[in-house]
Amino acid sequence: MAHQIEVSNLNIYYGDFLAVEDVNITIEARSVTAFIGPSGCGKSTFLRSLNRMHEEIKGARVEGKVMSNGHNLYDSAMDPVDVRRQIGMVFQRPNPFPTMSIEQNVLAGPRLNNKRLKKSVADDLVEQSLTRSGLWNEVKDRLNKPGSGLSGGQQQRLCIARAIAVEPDVLLMDEPCSALDPISTSVIEDLIHQLKDDYTIAIVTHNMQQAARVSDNTAFFNLDGVGKPGRLIEHGPTEILFSTPSNPATEAYIQGRFG
Amino acid sequence: MTTTLERPQKDQPTSDRPFKQSKRIPAGSVWVVWTLAGLALVTGFVTDLGGAKGFGLAWLIAASIPAMSFAVEGRRKATDRFVTLLVVTAFTVAVIPLVSIISTVFAKGFPVMSSEFFTSSMRNVVGEGGGINHAIVGTLIITGLATIISVPIGLFAAIYLVEYSEDSRTAHGLRFLVDVMTGIPSIVAGLFAYALFVLFFGEGVRMGLGGAVALSVLMIPVVIRSSEEMLKLVPNELREASWALGVPRWRTILKVVLPTALAGIVTGVTLAIARVIGETAPLLIIAGITDSVNTNPLEGRMATLPVFAYSAMMNPGVPPEPSIARAWGAALTLLIIVMALNLIARLISAFFSPSKGR
Repeated sequence: MAHQIEVSNLNIYYGDFLAVEDVNITIEARSVTAFIGPSGCGKSTFLRSLNRMHEEIKGARVEGKVMSNGHNLYDSAMDPVDVRRQIGMVFQRPNPFPTMSIEQNVLAGPRLNNKRLKKSVADDLVEQSLTRSGLWNEVKDRLNKPGSGLSGGQQQRLCIARAIAVEPDVLLMDEPCSALDPISTSVIEDLIHQLKDDYTIAIVTHNMQQAARVSDNTAFFNLDGVGKPGRLIEHGPTEILFSTPSNPATEAYIQGRFG
Repeated sequence: MTTTLERPQKDQPTSDRPFKQSKRIPAGSVWVVWTLAGLALVTGFVTDLGGAKGFGLAWLIAASIPAMSFAVEGRRKATDRFVTLLVVTAFTVAVIPLVSIISTVFAKGFPVMSSEFFTSSMRNVVGEGGGINHAIVGTLIITGLATIISVPIGLFAAIYLVEYSEDSRTAHGLRFLVDVMTGIPSIVAGLFAYALFVLFFGEGVRMGLGGAVALSVLMIPVVIRSSEEMLKLVPNELREASWALGVPRWRTILKVVLPTALAGIVTGVTLAIARVIGETAPLLIIAGITDSVNTNPLEGRMATLPVFAYSAMMNPGVPPEPSIARAWGAALTLLIIVMALNLIARLISAFFSPSKGR
């Protein structure tokens, strides 16, 4: 089940430094929301705060509310480990586990959480996840080979397969294509299109064309200057934000005049 | 068909300066000189010319390379060749003691080696015969126990430092203490173990376990430091990947971080064992020496190879020759064990390291 995420009055800190200020946004279920903006505007930080990965950095903390499925993720009763089982993440650089084979990488989520899987169930899960991530045909004959032997684009699709094998509700992607070649990028963009039927997807990208290609909604982040907090300037349906932005900074960024 | 776009040409000044052609000494002649120098060195050690004279002669021969180079190739090349000569000299000086130790120990220890030497103890042996079985058993038991004590403590401390401490003051203090502990003289570790066991068992206590405790005092800081470095090498991305799958921290460490760092940790532990297996002073105090096989680390004196070699050399009895020969034999055995451990460490690190196979 995909859920929408409602963020209200979210302030994100690194120690005493306010990195992202006062974000209010609803990320819709079964759609792709892209976060764009210049470097340092806090879009990755915001994304990481949506599944509580942000707090793994020393001194990092968050104020405000992130509601999903009727729960505040930052409620003191919420366990970050449970949050992350519901909200998966794909990182900028492909990071398959080097000690594990392709198959073990896909099964890493359930296996590392000590879930016992029957052989047949595990095999089905591997095939299903790899098929969904568009990798099955390329690796089905070498599931026992190490994941680090794949190409960059294949590794990234392996990481997506690993993330969807735990059946999360939401998938966060932090610049998933920035380390990849154009062909792998287009494969992953197609994949994002297919995945949005079942998942709520939020994607950070530096590439405005990519945001325009893959997303239904776009949110533009900006910062007033170095050392100032990043802010959510505006958000809305992608075609509207790209054609008739209401804020001059958004227009300037989209037209490539800065960033 | 590729289209080449061109910028309108500006007049660029071109240089008329030609590349300088320089003469070179033929590489073959350089190798001939190096070989001659090597031969002179070996001759010095093998014949009665003497090592020092051989070394000086070899150096004079080798020094002809930069001299020739200066005459033919010019100053810059000559400097390069002179520095090469200095580096090779430093390397040779460093290797000579190692080769000398190994060859001496082999030459003096090998003749005494026999099946009897490895299978019998020194019980009721006077003069010829006897063996070091009791010392081998003692060394294996004491070093094994020391490893069992040190590895959990060292590994857990390293995990705390890297994964949990978040560079707090406690961590800085702990790191400082570990560095201090690395510098503890081994005799102090022996006295510590002795003082500790005297508290429980009274004056004059001798016990294999005490030796293991003394060795682990020396071993723990080495294990902490090497494991810490290995854990730090594990990319943070892997930890984040695991956390993002909803895996708790402790399980991430157990199932992702430790397997990735395993090869390095095992190598570090093996080298730490190699480091303490030859310790003599602490074992002399707390484990002592005996002529019989003692397999109970909780009761009585226990012989070890280094202490055996020491006491066989210092109190050889009459006639002294067989005892001194046994000391060399024990030294050779110890050397072989240490070399085997180093080899095992390399094999393990090759075997366990995350493969890049396709």
